[in-house]
Amino acid sequence: MGQIKLLQGNEACAEGALYAGCNFFGGYPITPSTEVAEYLARRLPLIGGVFLQMEDEIAAMAAVIGGALAGCKALTATSGPGFSLKQENMGFAMLTEIPCVIVNVMRGGPSTGVPTGPGQSDIMQCKWGTHGDHPVICLTPAYVQEIFSETVRAFNLSEKYRTPVIIAFDEIVGHMRERIEIPDKGVLPVVNRTKPTCKPSEYLPYDDSKGDVPPMANFFEGYRYHVTGLNHGPDGFPVNASPRIHTDELRLMRKVEANKAEIIKYEEYLLADAEVAVFAYGVSGRSAKTAVEEARAQGIKAGLFRPLTIWPFPEEQVADLSKRVKGIVVPELSLGQIIFEVDRCAKGRCRIEGIYRVDGDPITPAQILAKVKEVK
Amino acid sequence: MAFNYDQYIRGGKLPHIWCPGCTYGIVFKSILRVIDSMKLNRDDIAMVSGIGCASRLPGYVDFNTLHTTHGRALGFATGLKMAKPDKHVMVVSGDGDATAIGGNHFIHACRRNIDIKVLVFNNFIYGMTGGQYSPTTPSGHLATTMPYGNVDPSFNIPELAKGSGATWVGRGTAYHAAGLDRLITEVMQHKGLSVLEIINACPTTHGRRNKFKSPTDMLVWMKDTFIPAVAFDKLPPEKTAGKFPMGVLYKKEGVPEYCETYYAMAERVRKQKEGRA
Repeated sequence: MGQIKLLQGNEACAEGALYAGCNFFGGYPITPSTEVAEYLARRLPLIGGVFLQMEDEIAAMAAVIGGALAGCKALTATSGPGFSLKQENMGFAMLTEIPCVIVNVMRGGPSTGVPTGPGQSDIMQCKWGTHGDHPVICLTPAYVQEIFSETVRAFNLSEKYRTPVIIAFDEIVGHMRERIEIPDKGVLPVVNRTKPTCKPSEYLPYDDSKGDVPPMANFFEGYRYHVTGLNHGPDGFPVNASPRIHTDELRLMRKVEANKAEIIKYEEYLLADAEVAVFAYGVSGRSAKTAVEEARAQGIKAGLFRPLTIWPFPEEQVADLSKRVKGIVVPELSLGQIIFEVDRCAKGRCRIEGIYRVDGDPITPAQILAKVKEVK
Repeated sequence: MAFNYDQYIRGGKLPHIWCPGCTYGIVFKSILRVIDSMKLNRDDIAMVSGIGCASRLPGYVDFNTLHTTHGRALGFATGLKMAKPDKHVMVVSGDGDATAIGGNHFIHACRRNIDIKVLVFNNFIYGMTGGQYSPTTPSGHLATTMPYGNVDPSFNIPELAKGSGATWVGRGTAYHAAGLDRLITEVMQHKGLSVLEIINACPTTHGRRNKFKSPTDMLVWMKDTFIPAVAFDKLPPEKTAGKFPMGVLYKKEGVPEYCETYYAMAERVRKQKEGRA
C-alpha cells in the first residue's frame, strides 16, 4: 500500500519526478508552474540533489542539460513565455541526445497572456517550438494521479530513448488538489539510461550501428568525448555537408516513430459503440468525460478518446476512430490547434467539429454536449 | 625537450578552423601547458563553450568537452559543476558569446562565485560571422555592421566581472604568452569564479579593416597597449591614456564558493531532519 496524499497537480509532478529518481532541478519562477520548483526546493536538498533557481529560463534549461550530462536525472518546469525561451536549448538536447524532462504548465497566450488561467495553445509549440526537424515526446495528463504517473513515465521514456520529454498540462490540473496514491518503491518501473560497456578508447557516443539509441556515457566517468550542437558523426565531432546528417536526423526521428506502440498512451471511454466521439486532453478531457456521460444518460451514443501522449500523435488510433463514428468533436483551450491533427488523420471520413475557448475559463461539459448533439 | 602538445589533442581533429594570423593558437597551447603542469586527471576536466571561433577550442582537446548554444556555456557549466562539484569545469568563450548574448549568465555566474574557470577570448569582433561589432569593439572602429565607425560604448570585461562578484579577475594577452601561462595557472588554482580576459587578434575581420596592416601589427599593439598592473598603477594619468593594465587585477579570498555553500546547506537540513525523525 502506497502513501495517500492530497496534492495539487504541480506537487504531484514533483513527487513523480522524485519517484523516478530526479536529483536535479533547474528552473525560474513562473506562474502557473512555480509550485513544482517550490516543492523540489524543499525536497531535493534533503536527498543530496541539486536545486537551482537560475537567472533566466534559458540558463535553467542549460543547467538541466549540464546536470543530465553529468549523470543526473534532471527536470525543469515552466509555462508559456518560459517555454518559448527554453526552445533553443531543448533542440540542443534533442540533437545531442541528452535525456531530461520539461514540464509546461500551460496558460493563455501569446505573450504574457493570462498567467493565472488555463490554456492549451502551446500544444503545437511542444511539437514545433525549436527550430529544425526533431523528435518530440509530449505527454498530456489530466488528473493529479496521472500527473504523478506520467511524470514517472516521462523520465523513463527520456532515459530509454535519450531524448528530452515534455509534459504539458494546464493551469487547472496543475493547481487542482486531488487525492492521490504514491505507490511504494518498485511498484512503477524506473528506467535508467544504458551506459557503454566498451573500453573508453572504443566509445562512439553516436554510433548507430547497434541500434537507434546508442549507450550514453556520463561526463567524468572516464569516457572523454565531445558533445556539440553541430550535426555530428558517430564520434560526436562535427560533420559538414555529409549524407550522415540526413541519416542521423532520420535516426533521431525513428527513435520515437518506431517506438510509438510503447510511447503512445490514451484512454478510450465508452467508445466501443459510439456514434460521436470527443477527442480531448487535459482539463478539456475531464469536461468531455462528463459530457459523454451526460450524453449517454440522454440516450446519445457518445464516447471519449483522451490522449495521454499527444506527440507523437496517435495517428492510427484517430484514423481508426474516424472510420467508426459520424463525427469527432475537438474541444480545446485555443483557437484551434490539435483539431488540425485530428482532421489530418480523419482524412474526411467523418465530421470534425471544434470547440475553442481562450477567455481563461475551461470548456464546460454543457458546451461539449451541445456540440455532440449537433454532430449526432 | 619541446612540450608535447599532441598528448592533449584529439587525433585527427586538426587543422583547427582558425584563420592565419589568429592568435587563438597561442592561447590554446598555453592552456595545454598549464593543465599538464598541474598534473590534473583529464577525466576530471570538462571544457564547455558556446558559439564562435573560441568556442571551437574544446573540440580539439582530449577532455570531457561540451560545445553548446550561443552565450549559454555558463548555464551548462553550472549544471555540470553543481552535479559534480569535485570536478574541474572550464568555460572558453568569446567577447560576444560571454558579454553580449551571454551577458546575463556571465554576471550571475560571477555573483554566485561558483568554482568555474572562465577564459574570455576577446578579439573585439564577431569573427565567425564575418566582422560585426561586439560589446568590446573600440569606439570608432569599423565593422561590417558599423560601416561608419562604431558608436557603441564598450565593456571593460574585468571590471564587469569584478563588479558582478567574481573572486579572481585578470587580463592577459596572446602577445605576452609566458605571462599567460602564469595567469591561467592562477585561474585553475583559484577556488571560485575566476575570469581571465585574454586579448586576442582577429586580423581577418577586425585588423585589416582597422589600419592593422598585418597580424604582427596587432601583436605589436598588444605589446604597446597592455602594461603590467603593478607598473600601470604607478603611472601618472597622462601616461595611461589608451593603455590598459594586465596581470592579476583583482583577487578576493575567503568568499564562500557556491557549490560548497549549497551542499553544506543540504547536509545541514538533512541532519536536522534525521535528528527529528
